[in-house]
Amino acid sequence: MKDYQTGYIKLALPKGRFLSPTASLLAGIGLGFQDYSDKTKQYRLRSARFPSLSAKILQEKDISIQVAVGNYDLGICGSDWIEEFLVKYPAGALVKISSLNYGEGNIHVVASAEAGIANLNELSARRNDYRIVTEYPNLAEAFALNLRMRRFRIFPVWGAAEAYPPENADLAVLWGKSGADIATQGLIPLKRLLTVTAFLIANRESLENKDLSQILTCFSSKLTAEPQTPIENGLDISKELKGARPLWQAKEINLALPDGHQQAPASQFLKRAGLALQGYSEEVVSRRPSAGLDWLGIKVIRPQDMPLQVANSNFDLAITGEDWLLEHLYRFPSSPVKKLFSLGFGTVKIVAVVSQEMPVADIDELRSLVQSSKFAPLKVASEYINIADKYLRDNHINPYKLIPTWGASEAFLPEDVDMLIDNVQTGKTLKQHKLKIIDVLFRSSACLIANKDSLVSSEKKEKMEFFTQKLRAGLK
Amino acid sequence: MKNQKCKGMQDLLPEDMLRFRRIEDVFRTCCRNWGYQEVRTPTLEYLHLFTATGTLTPSMLSKVYSFLDWDGWSGERVVLRPDGTIPVARLYIDNLGGQELTRLFYVTNIFAFEGTGKENRERWQCGAEFFGGAKSAPDVEIILLAEEVISRLGISNVGLQLSHAGLVKALLKELKLSPGEEAKMTNRLLEGNWQALTKAKSTNPEIDRLIAALLGLKGKSSSFLHNLRASFPKASQDFKSSLEDLISITTVLDNLGCSYKIDIAAIHGFEYYTGICFQFLAAGEKIGGGGRYDNLVPLMNGEDIPACGFALYVDPIMELLPPEKEKRNESGVLVQGKELTPEIAKTCFAVAESLRDAGYPAELDFTGREESNYRWVVLVSGKEPSTFVLIDRVQKRQRDAVSMAEILKVVSEG
Repeated sequence: MKDYQTGYIKLALPKGRFLSPTASLLAGIGLGFQDYSDKTKQYRLRSARFPSLSAKILQEKDISIQVAVGNYDLGICGSDWIEEFLVKYPAGALVKISSLNYGEGNIHVVASAEAGIANLNELSARRNDYRIVTEYPNLAEAFALNLRMRRFRIFPVWGAAEAYPPENADLAVLWGKSGADIATQGLIPLKRLLTVTAFLIANRESLENKDLSQILTCFSSKLTAEPQTPIENGLDISKELKGARPLWQAKEINLALPDGHQQAPASQFLKRAGLALQGYSEEVVSRRPSAGLDWLGIKVIRPQDMPLQVANSNFDLAITGEDWLLEHLYRFPSSPVKKLFSLGFGTVKIVAVVSQEMPVADIDELRSLVQSSKFAPLKVASEYINIADKYLRDNHINPYKLIPTWGASEAFLPEDVDMLIDNVQTGKTLKQHKLKIIDVLFRSSACLIANKDSLVSSEKKEKMEFFTQKLRAGLK
Repeated sequence: MKNQKCKGMQDLLPEDMLRFRRIEDVFRTCCRNWGYQEVRTPTLEYLHLFTATGTLTPSMLSKVYSFLDWDGWSGERVVLRPDGTIPVARLYIDNLGGQELTRLFYVTNIFAFEGTGKENRERWQCGAEFFGGAKSAPDVEIILLAEEVISRLGISNVGLQLSHAGLVKALLKELKLSPGEEAKMTNRLLEGNWQALTKAKSTNPEIDRLIAALLGLKGKSSSFLHNLRASFPKASQDFKSSLEDLISITTVLDNLGCSYKIDIAAIHGFEYYTGICFQFLAAGEKIGGGGRYDNLVPLMNGEDIPACGFALYVDPIMELLPPEKEKRNESGVLVQGKELTPEIAKTCFAVAESLRDAGYPAELDFTGREESNYRWVVLVSGKEPSTFVLIDRVQKRQRDAVSMAEILKVVSEG
């Protein structure tokens, strides 16, 4: 344990969906943090009431891991991410203290209405090879094993799992507000795996050895054993499904377009190329926009997931970032994915970042510092696990530990990790957080990628050429 | 960093390897004598090989080391072999499927995650599999083969326990549980909680009586099974035919003077097995087990070939064997160069080679250390006329020798 931690209690608080209910809970029990709001630019929070208590705002997905590794004594995050961790590491260092009784929705196993899978018995009886797409790979695997599925493949995705069935996946394990809500997306909920509520969690060692009682006492009025799980009444799925979505027709060429930050520039680019898309503007984003070409199928998914999906022939073409293509190719060197051309937008630098206080100016000095064992093993956080791994190996940084994160990695420095491999546009955020760049790994822009087999396939070749030529016209 | 070993993994030191090789050698010799042929399967297999048969429990499968290979973008996971039998069954189907009778054996490591880090995550086993053949004779054969290995290793007070997967499955069926409850009950039994059976009160008092008898009584001969058959005439057909199967095996074992205990609970992972199951216990530890698994080969898309087999667990058996010391001092020779000049080195290497050619282990040394492990030391000083000094540490004598032939003569005469 680091020196500054002794006697201090560290709390990890969630961003996103649970931020405001958690903020009002904390305020209500006398544990409020002044800057814990949607608008804050701070990651680090100090408690006005308890000088020994500090908190950090993290992605929920990171909180269970960070508490388990002991960087935080306590944390608050959704039961879905806790169970995702515990199902794989049941004897680990993560302890659930109590549900906080707020939250929404459930994690469901769903199938597409068009797949003809109506219940779980059919899944275990059939000897199909099921493709399961999910943000929760551990929960999905446990589900498949417990059901004794004969053969299955799990595709972890960064998001948009609902967009995959039926063409690109048979099942999805995903969050949904309710069975009815899921049905409106053209999906059938087969099983509810768990109800999502916020939980107070603790690191086992902290709980066993450290006096957290002052903080836990504040929560005492809110602690209950198990969350109330509302039982959904019999759901008439067929009714909900009606008119939910037009039936999907198999298309000759399938294109994946990005959601999130890349959506607006990608949309403008396609406009310049003369493609009028319905359902892919800032006002309306559909998971399945249309270009008015009967042979072209389009889906909107996360750019991080595209190279793997193109490699699997789920898509022939995709607009993603060069960073994510490289991340994929480092993991799967012989993958049949190829970059066709850069699109010139969404340009970022992939950089190595450390705290301004770290006495190094470049990676060579960092290597010496690690060798002098002051920072050994060097803890490195990144969204780009394979890029970071290769970079550290190529630069002979040894030993190091790589910690996967899911965005906003800068919050981790300097307390939880020593270095980040991250993307930056301007570097302004880094300066604000007293961080510095010690190396630029490469520059990355949006690019068009293709499946190599589709490029040479006699059925697809002509249309692939036609379409990529059309897109080239959008280059400035 | 003091401890660089991966958690849950073990090093086998020279003394461990002596015991390990002893087990392996005895096992190999016995298997060959019984007509078994050795095979070796790869460390990596596809995950679906182990999920497809439905014969490994979800809790076992949740502990496999699985990952995506370098070309695993299709999501097809590979695993570090978590089990010995399924890969051998695959090998048999892929390569030897046409043969009606196949006896195979292997020595292999298997991998399973273990959360506390206190137990091994890599374990070694010596296994044998019998594909094809008529019923009951192969069952008896594998039990006797396993017994022979254990007894040749000199392990005493070994208990053999017999059970039958068919009996357990028939009982479960008789309880008439819902599919969900039956799965739960199966998992409890697989975890070793056999008392759960008594708590599951069936609607049929006859079944409760049968369960109580099976859990409460431990038979020591086939007579016990005859008694059971006579006491429960209304048992199901499935139960009766499994009982007959067990009777035919135990009758042969009785006639051969093989002692055992019938214990319905002496069975682990019975989803795998379809017929007899057995396990060997020594000093309270399970040191081996096996049984009949007739469905495995057809479930893996092989032909309808029955099979049975066993595995002995090397790690607990090693604990039971006395430590062994390398017995090199009896016939070994230390060739010691007085200094490391090119001439002396050349002579030393040549002497050592001649000794090894003549069948004596020979170790070289140029440090002048006192080596007590060897009976014989040949000192090479490089000075004419007596190039060599031959020291006998046992007889505490030393003599000058002029030629290689002289050294060999003295050493051979002891």
